[in-house]
Amino acid sequence: MRVGLFVTCLIDMMRPEIGFSALKLLETAGCEVVVPAQQTCCGQPGYNSGDRQSARDLAEKFLNEFDGFDYVVVPSGSCGGMIKTHYGDLFADDPALRGRLERLAPRVFELTDFLQSVLKIEQLPAAAQGAFQGSITYHDSCCGLRELGVQAQPRALLAKRPGVALTEMADSRACCGFGGTFAIKYGDISSAIVEEKCAQIHACGTDAVVLGDLGCMLNIEGRLRRSGDHKTRVLHVAQVLAGDC
Amino acid sequence: MQVQSMHFKARAGERLADQRLQTNLKKLSTKFVTGRASAILELDDFEGTRDAAIERRMRAIENLDVWLATFETEATRRGATVLYAESAEDASKLVVEIAKKHDVKKAIKSKSMVSEEMALNQALEAAGITPIETDLGEYILQINDNEPPSHIIAPVVHKDKEEVSDLFARVHHKPRLTDIAQMTREAREMLRPQFLSADMGITGGNFIIAETGSVAIVTNEGNEGMCTILPPKVHVVVTGIEKVLPTLEDLATVMRLLPRSATGQSISNYFSLLTGPRAAGEQDGPEHMYFVLVDGGRTGLIGGEFQDMLRCIRCGACMNHCPVYQKIGGHSYGWVYPGPMGSVLTPAYVGLEQTLDLPQASTLCGECHVVCPVKIPLPDLLRKLREKQFERALRPRYERFGLRLWAYFAKRPALYHLATRIGVRALRLMGGSKKSISSMPFGSGWTDQREMPAPFGKTFRELYRERRVAK
Repeated sequence: MRVGLFVTCLIDMMRPEIGFSALKLLETAGCEVVVPAQQTCCGQPGYNSGDRQSARDLAEKFLNEFDGFDYVVVPSGSCGGMIKTHYGDLFADDPALRGRLERLAPRVFELTDFLQSVLKIEQLPAAAQGAFQGSITYHDSCCGLRELGVQAQPRALLAKRPGVALTEMADSRACCGFGGTFAIKYGDISSAIVEEKCAQIHACGTDAVVLGDLGCMLNIEGRLRRSGDHKTRVLHVAQVLAGDC
Repeated sequence: MQVQSMHFKARAGERLADQRLQTNLKKLSTKFVTGRASAILELDDFEGTRDAAIERRMRAIENLDVWLATFETEATRRGATVLYAESAEDASKLVVEIAKKHDVKKAIKSKSMVSEEMALNQALEAAGITPIETDLGEYILQINDNEPPSHIIAPVVHKDKEEVSDLFARVHHKPRLTDIAQMTREAREMLRPQFLSADMGITGGNFIIAETGSVAIVTNEGNEGMCTILPPKVHVVVTGIEKVLPTLEDLATVMRLLPRSATGQSISNYFSLLTGPRAAGEQDGPEHMYFVLVDGGRTGLIGGEFQDMLRCIRCGACMNHCPVYQKIGGHSYGWVYPGPMGSVLTPAYVGLEQTLDLPQASTLCGECHVVCPVKIPLPDLLRKLREKQFERALRPRYERFGLRLWAYFAKRPALYHLATRIGVRALRLMGGSKKSISSMPFGSGWTDQREMPAPFGKTFRELYRERRVAK
């Protein structure tokens, strides 16, 4: 099974180790993983900011790089949601691209969805020495949750990791306030929303908050650290599942 | 109502700093969000009901002219007068004319957001007619110097009991009360003589029914009944043209969703279906009944990319569940309709130029779409408005430049890889030993209240290539 890994621009730049965790999870499960070298961005920043043309160009670029694989896996709900639920809109006036997308989109998966629903993995990779163990709470990132239905999958997988115990926060579905460029354009509103999320995390009192999207991760970690919490770890679900951190 | 949406950022900032408001806004999640969640469980087939409601609403909107004509015929046949107003201002003029024709000195009103669009109270006052709001929330706002509502179904959600206690004591000139039942009683005592002495009743209309020429009105206080059945010899319904439903059957479907989505009630305390003025031999009802049906920008949405917005049933679920609304409240949005539905409607009705922040001030989290009883794709509509802003160059130049620059690089992998390699190293340096950036040029929106965790310092693709070579 040839799997194309779309690393996403944020993981590529900010947290490359998450990309390697995703790679490890897929390879351990027996996939032949290819990382197309030309990949950049899925086009979401432009799409959500009204720059439709740029988004369309990047969508077409993505299609060119990834439509030869059996599956495409994305360790991010928001990039996955962009590809699966919004590319169609961008190709509305181009039947040829639309046709190609319709063949590819059903084979594009968010990482935990792929591991749980397609590969149905039983065993996680062996944890590295000193890998994270402890209590966690899980934040459901908006696009993964609402556009792709990612909710049970990461929890089912996390339950397979020995020494990791999940405590649900009051409202794991509530937005963290990131919203892409919203976090910079309306920094004060965004910060007020993430403060709410941090309060819920603190109320759980867990060692870590685990999630599946880089945007939320940087937002939550940034707010926790600024408010003086240097203890609560903020981990991507791929890192915990791969036993890498 | 005058548009204040251009002051969105400043207003939102003030609301964020208002601790009392922040506490008051928590009512939204404890009351409305939980209420809705349990109320929808009562329906055997919530999804099926939603789909049926969408179909029924769209049937009306796609043939709006036909159903309005049917409505007009039926309402007229039953003795009511149906008038149309192209603009909200025209609608106010019509109501004032009706009032003058019947020599009205005092008009009692039940809640109507369309009358807010019309700035009806100001128009009536200017014509020497006294409007009295009788919905408790709207009454509180009116006696507080005509403060605008901050929510479409809970107009005073931004206030707490103590604020209302102070206000009542000051305006009613009575001892300060703190018990809600007693305060409500006092408001009723103040309102009763107004009900008895008014000449005209003005109500909104949740829906108008084409096959019977009726208006359907949902309230929880029964004040609407007092506005339409008690002495007033004239009843004027003001509502939007898009509120028409073909049949009573359609109304039944939509009513299964409205109170549940709005307040978490299976049915509102009062639900009235009013058809025509008092007929010969009938005991109650007004002598004259008018419908003032307002366009106010609505026909502009028909057949276009924002048509879905017209099926909105004004339940308020989108704002109750919106993380942004929950933090900044309704007044920040600067016009009649706040929250996600307002961020689509306001630009559509008053123009994109005056409302530049509204389509942008959303995280696009999608919860509004999830809870909307008629599944209006609000995030998609907000995104479409952003596209229009971008096309018409209405956003700041640096923002356009930034987006185009990002796309320019992202379309050219070699250049992109070079730029990101430099970028992550620079950011890594900025992060220093604590691996965290506390202040960024052009990024103060982020770093004012948050750290920016520093990147690792090399990109994934660099490391991937290095590791492949090492193997």
